[in-house]
Amino acid sequence: MRKNLLQRAIAILVVTLGCLYVTLIGWRAPVAADFKSFGKIKENVATNIKLGLDLKGGSHLVLQVMVDEALKKIADDNAERAKAVLAGAGIPMKEAKGLTPTTLVVTLTDATRIKEASDKLLADFGKSEWTAKINNADIVFTMNENVAREYRKRAVDQAMNIIENRINAFGVAEPTIQTYGAENSYQILLQLPGVDDPERVKRTLVLESNLELRPVDGPYRPYATLDEAKAAAAGRADVEPLPLDERDEDATDANGKPPAATPATAYLLITKAPVIVGRDLRDAFAAQGNAGTEGDYRIVFKLKDDGAKKFGDWTSKNIGKGLAIVLNGRVKSAPTIRGEIRDTGEITGNFSKQSSEDLALVLRSGALPARVVYLEERTVGPSLGADSIRQGVAASVAGIIFIMIFMLFYYRISGLNAIVSLVLNLVMLIAALAMFSATLTLPGIAGVILTIGMAVDSNVLIFERIRDELRVGKAVVSAVELGFDKAFITIIDTHVTTIVSSIILFIFGTGPIRGFAITLIVGLLANLFTATFVSKTMFGYALSRSERPTSLSI
Amino acid sequence: MIEIFKNTNYDFLGKAKYFIIFSIVTSILGIGSMVLRGFNLGVDFAGGTKLAVRFKTAPDEGRIRAALQKAGYERDKVSIQRTGKQLNQADRNEVFINTPIEQGEVDRDKKKITEALAKDYPATPPPADKLDVNLSGIDAITGRLLDKDELKLKVTLPPGDAEKEYRRFAENVVRFRDSSGGIIADLNAVPLNGFNNQIGETFKKEFFAGEFNVVSAEVVGPQVGKDLRNRAIYVTLVACVGMLIFIAFRFEWIYGFAAVVATIHDVIVTLGLFSLFQWEISLTFIAAMLTLIGYSMNDTIVIFDRIREQLKVRRKDNLVKVTNDAINQTLSRTIIASGLTLLSVIALVLFGGDVLKSFSLALLIGILIGTYSSIAIASPIMIWWKNRTERILREREEAAKAARATSKAKKNSGSSDTKDTKSDKKDAKSVMA
Repeated sequence: MRKNLLQRAIAILVVTLGCLYVTLIGWRAPVAADFKSFGKIKENVATNIKLGLDLKGGSHLVLQVMVDEALKKIADDNAERAKAVLAGAGIPMKEAKGLTPTTLVVTLTDATRIKEASDKLLADFGKSEWTAKINNADIVFTMNENVAREYRKRAVDQAMNIIENRINAFGVAEPTIQTYGAENSYQILLQLPGVDDPERVKRTLVLESNLELRPVDGPYRPYATLDEAKAAAAGRADVEPLPLDERDEDATDANGKPPAATPATAYLLITKAPVIVGRDLRDAFAAQGNAGTEGDYRIVFKLKDDGAKKFGDWTSKNIGKGLAIVLNGRVKSAPTIRGEIRDTGEITGNFSKQSSEDLALVLRSGALPARVVYLEERTVGPSLGADSIRQGVAASVAGIIFIMIFMLFYYRISGLNAIVSLVLNLVMLIAALAMFSATLTLPGIAGVILTIGMAVDSNVLIFERIRDELRVGKAVVSAVELGFDKAFITIIDTHVTTIVSSIILFIFGTGPIRGFAITLIVGLLANLFTATFVSKTMFGYALSRSERPTSLSI
Repeated sequence: MIEIFKNTNYDFLGKAKYFIIFSIVTSILGIGSMVLRGFNLGVDFAGGTKLAVRFKTAPDEGRIRAALQKAGYERDKVSIQRTGKQLNQADRNEVFINTPIEQGEVDRDKKKITEALAKDYPATPPPADKLDVNLSGIDAITGRLLDKDELKLKVTLPPGDAEKEYRRFAENVVRFRDSSGGIIADLNAVPLNGFNNQIGETFKKEFFAGEFNVVSAEVVGPQVGKDLRNRAIYVTLVACVGMLIFIAFRFEWIYGFAAVVATIHDVIVTLGLFSLFQWEISLTFIAAMLTLIGYSMNDTIVIFDRIREQLKVRRKDNLVKVTNDAINQTLSRTIIASGLTLLSVIALVLFGGDVLKSFSLALLIGILIGTYSSIAIASPIMIWWKNRTERILREREEAAKAARATSKAKKNSGSSDTKDTKSDKKDAKSVMA
């Protein structure tokens, strides 16, 4: 044991200094300013140890993507396509409509050419994606399960991208966005550190933004009621009545619901096929009107090259006609085309500064593939988080001080070994958290407490073993040696068992469970080092001071 | 050498019967309570809304309730819980307001409660044209100051800079609010160093310090809670199987089995107590359960380790004696280590605050039960099984012997080996592995 003391001491020193370096400075070269003041040191430690939202304050949101709506849209689009395809082939049909998110049914007037119709439609929809089943005059198309799964996954990915763009536009620092929960739960987890008043962000993230520019059918003529407008459409399939709505889209009533109760004042007949859709937008921004009043904001948008060409062609051919700006199924305005417009347009309506800015942001980031709703919201104010840290730290420090006093009292000078290895254990644990950029959360603090408990236990195990050996009359040096050897087996067994279960918790667990597991794994590994290697070295040093030690303070 | 326990020789296993009866009764009571009374599940698991609201002055629960009732909340649907004053901090004047899950938008209750309190909690209605600084975020404060622009910064500064300046002030206000526990009692207390005095004047003109601030909000949909619970249970079970396999590999499978049974016993007793006293179970409770499982396992393995070691050197002694000695030998480490961990958990109960309450309480109980079960449950199960297999082996052997004997006896007509069998049985009761 007395051999290699120097090597062992150097190894311990290197590890300790390395840990302190990572904690105090991080993964970078030190600069003189790092040690200028205590405040600077504190600031460095704070940046190196990432605190979870429950300790730092911020918002934790879980969103659900209604993926089936994205599928339903595909089914509905295909139903529309079916009409065109069959009309092109001259096959008479009664109707085509989406049934469920993954099925649609096409009904022919008679079943004579049904096989031909089925093949034509299947070729159009994609043979690899759909399966057709003929039943009398009906053809039922079902989307293949693996294709549906792919579309659902894609909808979540798209929604995540778009939400990420929107968050970045808000300038939230270090947001986390990831999929959440089980494979087929289609949930997204969003963590916004430092955001303790998330209302505006929340509203904007899920804002729908289906912008379409669609021609007004015939001369500009508002109908007073929906029925009147429907009558005027006279069953035509290429137009639909849409509410004319110049209100601010985001106005809410006292219960936070949009004021749906107030019916639209007028309806317009609008062609279904759009000239321009949201994808054609290059940019959108809010601008203040000339009047300079609160409700006088508008959104100016610019089109991409393709869109601009389409728009230019259409406007030059349709001078004098109306063009409806349709946002989420409502006509925001329907100006008359006065001349060719190439790449710029604007959306007017009763917008406030904030709602126009939010809408411009949403238009810039693209349309969500499906509706997104909130499942869970946790907001912790920074003051509450700070209180939790203070209390957690106060409790841990009080606990550790209790333990230290007891160890010194009960094991005398050997108790000092325990204290040093306990402190070093914590230093290593904190350094490891900093090194892996792991996040410290409240459950993580629980992991720290269990680590402390097991670290103390290891020391007690070793000391009791040494005492056992001394009691049966072994010489001091061999008692220490034997004590460590025997306790080592137990320590390995207890630690590996807990590490095994922690690894399982880390792999299969979610959020809080993982935080607990990672701190525990790191803490126990550190403890294996401190309780055996470091403590043994210290005993070795104490015994090396005399040639033949006869007593040990334990 | 200070020693708490000097060469103890308690007959733990002799009392195993009582321990087992006690544990079975407690477990049955616990399970009964879980079935009949259920749990007081927090919003994390049951879904719903939980707000932590801090007030300027000591909150009046009756008035809070009245304000909420006015907003349409039935009396028994809302729970209002005053958080206690912690030893190491000033009273935060804090309450938790809980409402169960509602249909419709997930965060509806949060808005509704905030609005109801803002409207009805202070006796005097708030000034209509002023904003409540305690309910405003940085954006809202900046926006209001920018709209009014009493300093005419929009005219005198380059575009964009006015907003920056007002935002700097708003951040200053919010920082001050955070450092004073989440609520500003008096606008005059907001520090104005480094700002134009006029901003301070505008601020006082446009804002007022309302009675309360919502410092944390947890809003959980029903599905989320269920997912969370099922996943936690599933993960814990898988972790238990993992430990069982590892212990089976290091010892024998019955050791792993006994350790897992003891651990499950601890979980059941702790859950039972939480059900019996209707203590709230929150997300941190899961972490406490995991800690308790880890701790109980640790304790059990230490004892098993000693048994394994002793069995190697004392091949002649019987298992009961060896196990009892192993428990006694490790007793002082068990008491010291558990006692010390218990001390740090008591510190957590005393100083840890309300957020950690369910966590520290579960740990406190868990460590006590975990220590008890490793002595009183795990070892007896292991011994019972070992003796049973031993006895079965013996009996099979005897049956074979007896069969041989009868066939012999048939040949010899008459035998007298009953005495042998009796003494064998006596041995079997206390045989070692």
